[in-house]
Amino acid sequence: MANKKVNAVIIGAGAGGGIVAKELATAGFSVVLLERGRWHTFNEYNNDELISQRSNALTCPFGPDNEKYRRTVPDGKGGWRVVVPNEWPYGNNAGCVGGGTLSYGAMAWRFMPEDFAMKKTYGHVEGSTLEDWPLSYDDLESFYEKAEYEIGVSGDPSLNPFAPARQKPYPMPPFPYNREGNMLEPSARRLGLHPFPIPMLRNSVFYQGRSPCIHMRTCIGYACPVNAKAGSQNTVIPVALKTGNCRLLTNCKVSEIIIDERGRASGIRYFDAQDKAKTQPADLVILCAGATETARLLLNSKSNLFPNGAANNSGWVGHNLQGHAYCGAIGLFGEEVYDDAGPGACIAINDFNHHNPGILGGGLLANEFIRQPYLFTGLRPPGHARWGKEHKVFQRDYFKKHISVVGPIQEMPVFTNQVTIDPAVKDYWGIPVLRISGYRHEKDLEGCDFLASKAEMWLRETGAHTTWKMIPGKETGAGQHQAGTCRMGNDPKTSVTNTHGQAHEIDNLFVADGSLHVTNGGFNPVLTIMALAYWVSAYIKKEWNGTRFK
Amino acid sequence: MTDYSRRDFVRIAAAGAGGLFFVSSCISKQSRWFFFTDEEASLAESIIACLIPADDFPGAKEAGVIHFLDRQLVGYHRRFQNLYRNGLANTRKSCLQQFGKCFNDLADEQKILFLKSLEDNTVPGEPWKDMASSDFFNLILDHTMQGFYGSPRHGGNKDYASYRMLQLDYPLIIGRHKYETD
Ligand SMILES: Cc1cc2nc3c(=O)[nH]c(=O)nc-3n(C[C@H](O)[C@H](O)[C@H](O)COP(=O)(O)OP(=O)(O)OC[C@H]3O[C@@H](n4cnc5c(N)ncnc54)[C@H](O)[C@@H]3O)c2cc1C
Repeated sequence: MANKKVNAVIIGAGAGGGIVAKELATAGFSVVLLERGRWHTFNEYNNDELISQRSNALTCPFGPDNEKYRRTVPDGKGGWRVVVPNEWPYGNNAGCVGGGTLSYGAMAWRFMPEDFAMKKTYGHVEGSTLEDWPLSYDDLESFYEKAEYEIGVSGDPSLNPFAPARQKPYPMPPFPYNREGNMLEPSARRLGLHPFPIPMLRNSVFYQGRSPCIHMRTCIGYACPVNAKAGSQNTVIPVALKTGNCRLLTNCKVSEIIIDERGRASGIRYFDAQDKAKTQPADLVILCAGATETARLLLNSKSNLFPNGAANNSGWVGHNLQGHAYCGAIGLFGEEVYDDAGPGACIAINDFNHHNPGILGGGLLANEFIRQPYLFTGLRPPGHARWGKEHKVFQRDYFKKHISVVGPIQEMPVFTNQVTIDPAVKDYWGIPVLRISGYRHEKDLEGCDFLASKAEMWLRETGAHTTWKMIPGKETGAGQHQAGTCRMGNDPKTSVTNTHGQAHEIDNLFVADGSLHVTNGGFNPVLTIMALAYWVSAYIKKEWNGTRFK
Repeated sequence: MTDYSRRDFVRIAAAGAGGLFFVSSCISKQSRWFFFTDEEASLAESIIACLIPADDFPGAKEAGVIHFLDRQLVGYHRRFQNLYRNGLANTRKSCLQQFGKCFNDLADEQKILFLKSLEDNTVPGEPWKDMASSDFFNLILDHTMQGFYGSPRHGGNKDYASYRMLQLDYPLIIGRHKYETD
């Protein structure tokens, strides 16, 4: 059954999709925004570490669910094994109205100018498809500002000498440090580092009718009980709906992009809340399903003109999957450092994001979000018992006497780190599922060792009597920071979209999510995804004349 | 959820929320357990008592973690039913082979050494030829940690035993920090 045709159908109501919906709806476009998940509130899953989007121990509370979704990953014996969303290798972010932004930690980083020009800065890297973005930091600057003002960021860049140039200050003042922050600040200065409060998509004061943060322990991985944490679900999506031009269809699973005989997108197919097959015709199709699912949609949309999937005659869709090589160190202290003031993460340095001798790129370092009791059971010095009396003694001795300092190492893009379609396994609706595979570039792990040593040094100077490093494994980890599968670029042979997120091969098909990232920065990615969504929307608004592009 | 019948709802709740409502309404009167047999429950309880033993504070046994396991094995963790069933059976068998006794009857030090051999895949004998003993060990260890440190609403961490041990305030009061910090 076909719905009434609209100007634009947007797939995914997350970071990118919420913004595009608002931008187009306020510009007078008729919009349908489709989301596979639903609306959530804090009350459904409050104070329950096992049902949080952080531990995902029992389930992923903010979607998708373990019953209906599947992926496959290498089984280590040359075959593939099925994994479900709450298992780490699945690489989940979220599936609900707001996408990752409902439950995220809300760190609000701008990438640095070097992050858009990695090849220029570091040269060709063997075994990597490292490339410069087709746009620069300066191109994106005003769009970062728009994201900071419309979604709402608290911060103060003046203490960070590495902060990229900006036209306007943040709209809200920074958060004060918690006890960990107050300990880490003077020691960083003694080491000649430049600590500053982390910019956050979280209200430090009343802003746009939403209240300031009340410092819950249960912040990252949870929805916010007072809407102090800003996501697309409590900012841009309500604005889009208020225009009357945007319909949000929840529990709707998009299966395919419909390509007509001339090779243009004419709409999408989906399964509605009652699992009935439907179609939504539209002039424009905008993919905002996140870097793994956006690639899956393209790859699953095969037609005569696009036998390898929509907009994929280049063969680049799904490649260069990146996340972050998260690394850092833990320090144990003789005194209590825990003050229960959430979310915990509050202080950072950008001293090691670039120009580190022998290292490609680098990453920020920050104190970690509050480690809740179950996840803390996984933090032990090398060789320490994981169970028994020793486990229990460590748990109670150090739960309130440890600090973790971590950061995301910028990964070198690798062509064979990728998502493809599994030829056999299907999800609940019969839609072929993704295979995820690949290994990190060896340079990433060198970066991890470097950054983790710096974290250890900082913790020691802060007074830790014992420290150890945390280094991730070799397997590529898509997960919450997934990016890169529909790279933007100037050359249609080696990229999927142009500078404006418009598919090279299909002019009425756009991407506006983490898939576009050429490289993923040494930063958590969401503010860049938001800025890009404004950037892509601005192009569509300017260039679309109602029937075609000017 | 508007046009689902009551029956659909129960079915869906059973699928989604873990089968708890569904199973509890039709459980046979004879068993105290949703998943385990009495024998399995007693073995699993002895194992988890070693994983988080009692000292000045309750351990996994005292905090009712066995009920967490039992409930989740017909709920969120039901895809692990076979691993538990086979893992517990293998544990029983290899214990009998090695010591001529049940796990529950071993001395405390023997229990710990035996569990270490499960953890390291060094347990001798044929019961584990189809399954790595560490797969079972890691699973029950992880679930024990979940049950002991997670919310009591899932069946374990009775009376917030672990939160008391960690001196973590409970329950969490929304907005408390608004008044107590700064
Ligand atoms: C616990 C947690 C903490 C995080 N902390 C931070 C942080 O501090 N800072 C930061 O920068 N980032 C953080 N992130 C990551 C951040 O949330 C993501 O980078 C961001 O949400 C990605 O935006 P996106 O638009 O690419 O995709 P998403 O926000 O994931 O949105 C994609 C949406 O598309 C929907 N969708 C997918 N497929 C379909 C389909 N076929 N049909 C219909 N709908 C579909 C999904 O359900 C989802 O809602 C965190 C994430 C989590 C989960």
